Amino acid sequence: MSTRTLISPAQLARPRGKILYWVTFALVVALFTLVFLGPLYWLVSSGFKDAQEVIRTPPTLVPGSFEPDNYRRAWQVMDLAGLLFNTLYYAFGALAFQLVLDVAAAYSLSRLRPVLGNVVLGMMLATLMIPATVLVVPQYLTVLDVPVFERNLLNTPWAIWLPSVANAFNIFLLKRFFDSVPGELLDAAAMDGASPLRTLRSVVLPLSRPILGVVSIFAIVGVWKDFLWPMLTLPDPGRQTLNVGIYSLSNGVPVNVLIAALTIASLPTLLIFLVFQRNIMSGLTAGGLKG
Amino acid sequence: MPAPSLTPSKADRPRRSPPRPAGGPPPAGSRLARAVRRNLTAHAFLVGAVLCFGFFSWYPMVREFLLAFQQTEGGRTTWVGLDNLTTVYHDPAFWQAWRNTALFTVLALVLGFAVPFAVAVVINELRHGKGYLRLLVYLPVMLPPVASVLLFKYLYDPGYGLLNELLGLLGLPGQQWLQDPDTSMLSVVLAATWMNMGGAALVYLAALQGIPGELYEAAELDGAGLFRKIWHVTIPQTRLVLSLMLLMQIIATMQVFVEPFLLTGGAGPEGSTTTVVNLIYQYAFNFNNYGAAAALGLLLLVLLAGFSAAYVRLGRAEDE
Repeated sequence: MSTRTLISPAQLARPRGKILYWVTFALVVALFTLVFLGPLYWLVSSGFKDAQEVIRTPPTLVPGSFEPDNYRRAWQVMDLAGLLFNTLYYAFGALAFQLVLDVAAAYSLSRLRPVLGNVVLGMMLATLMIPATVLVVPQYLTVLDVPVFERNLLNTPWAIWLPSVANAFNIFLLKRFFDSVPGELLDAAAMDGASPLRTLRSVVLPLSRPILGVVSIFAIVGVWKDFLWPMLTLPDPGRQTLNVGIYSLSNGVPVNVLIAALTIASLPTLLIFLVFQRNIMSGLTAGGLKG
Repeated sequence: MPAPSLTPSKADRPRRSPPRPAGGPPPAGSRLARAVRRNLTAHAFLVGAVLCFGFFSWYPMVREFLLAFQQTEGGRTTWVGLDNLTTVYHDPAFWQAWRNTALFTVLALVLGFAVPFAVAVVINELRHGKGYLRLLVYLPVMLPPVASVLLFKYLYDPGYGLLNELLGLLGLPGQQWLQDPDTSMLSVVLAATWMNMGGAALVYLAALQGIPGELYEAAELDGAGLFRKIWHVTIPQTRLVLSLMLLMQIIATMQVFVEPFLLTGGAGPEGSTTTVVNLIYQYAFNFNNYGAAAALGLLLLVLLAGFSAAYVRLGRAEDE
């Protein structure tokens, strides 16, 4: 970041520029912290308040009561352990299916060049043009009765896993990356008699770690953030995801316990984000705008 | 090709592997066989993803078009022509849903299009704390939507919500927020913008970092001030990204479902927050009228097709 931006360094170097810069800087940091971190502070701190304080007017900025027990109650009453386990199970299953099937397909389209490959690719990318919400109803009916196999996938993890593979954005991202792998490497592998699978495993995948990381994070966060689809396809309370489970129980528990539950539900993604923020940021800009 | 050499590093196996055929020109007629084999391998790699697309993307697409012109009653499916469309069109909720959706889109663009761009410009100008500010802006995007939404419900509460308290500190009257038809949609938009603006801000930031500094220097030599620099350098240089994001946000906001659904049950006071997709949901899952749901979905698809096509054409321009 050495390139200069809107404001010239000369202007910033003047005493008046310096004062203006630091005042602006302080204001911006304070405002952003208030707007984006404030609600999160409110979430965590309200989770510690007792039942009277949490609905008191005026609200208290610092909890006067301290009830960490809310978190324990939230964990038990809402069966957060079960919901958390379900969500992780669906998320990592979706990740495994996407990594195996989408990587294989993108590799084939990029390097093995099957007959009609371009038609298949075009049909995959065409799905990006269709508004996702419009397809929810026919997709739901498909899950109720999968043609050919005549199975009902309702309340099974397959209802989450299989549709998650039909992700044109993944295919686009992976194919574009595989296209950029130098051809000489692949030719060398072929000369050594490596099969396509062996080439993929030993040459292409080790080079593709950054893009695989991006796809993995988006796969997990996608399941973690989804609401409508898991609500429709997993109606059984024992199989629900965190989002759906908390929502369906939200009217039956005291406000402070509910807020404690929301805090617990927010922690995992915040942790993932803080650990992998570099990969996430690069993924946002690597895929450009074709989200 | 050299003959395979025996490497001593491999453990000796008791059984000798059969000798490999020496490499050489392949016997005639096997070129076709090889091409077929190569294709079989390639298709084997493709088949899993293609099946998933087939069952959960392509088939539902076709089904959407069929459903819109069918009615199913007691297990019997009949073609009903344009009946579903007329049913949807004559529903009193129809125009209200479109009006609400348009209102959401306009409000969400005013807030969700201008604000992230301004935020990106400000972050890009600062010489310190860039990483921290980027992190802050993107934080809400990572939260589970139910957590953000129920938190906002708590903040909006007219009785004990924090927002009315803050307004009181500024000497402003408290609002009914989600419970008043006049402010309900604005409340939904505020929450949705807080939840989703991080992605747009980071994309703009990346675009801003690609602007060559010389352009600003040249503008300064011409005596341009801060605002003229933004108008004549920053915005033209990021025009493509801005237009792409604008189209993307129109497509996304026209399909808004989760925020109104969670904040107001997808209806709100006097139906003031029922959007088109909320209405599709009601047809399908409250009234089991899949035909009407599909017909309304088809209208939405047709309306958004133009935006999608423009987006794809612009995206190609960006690639070149």
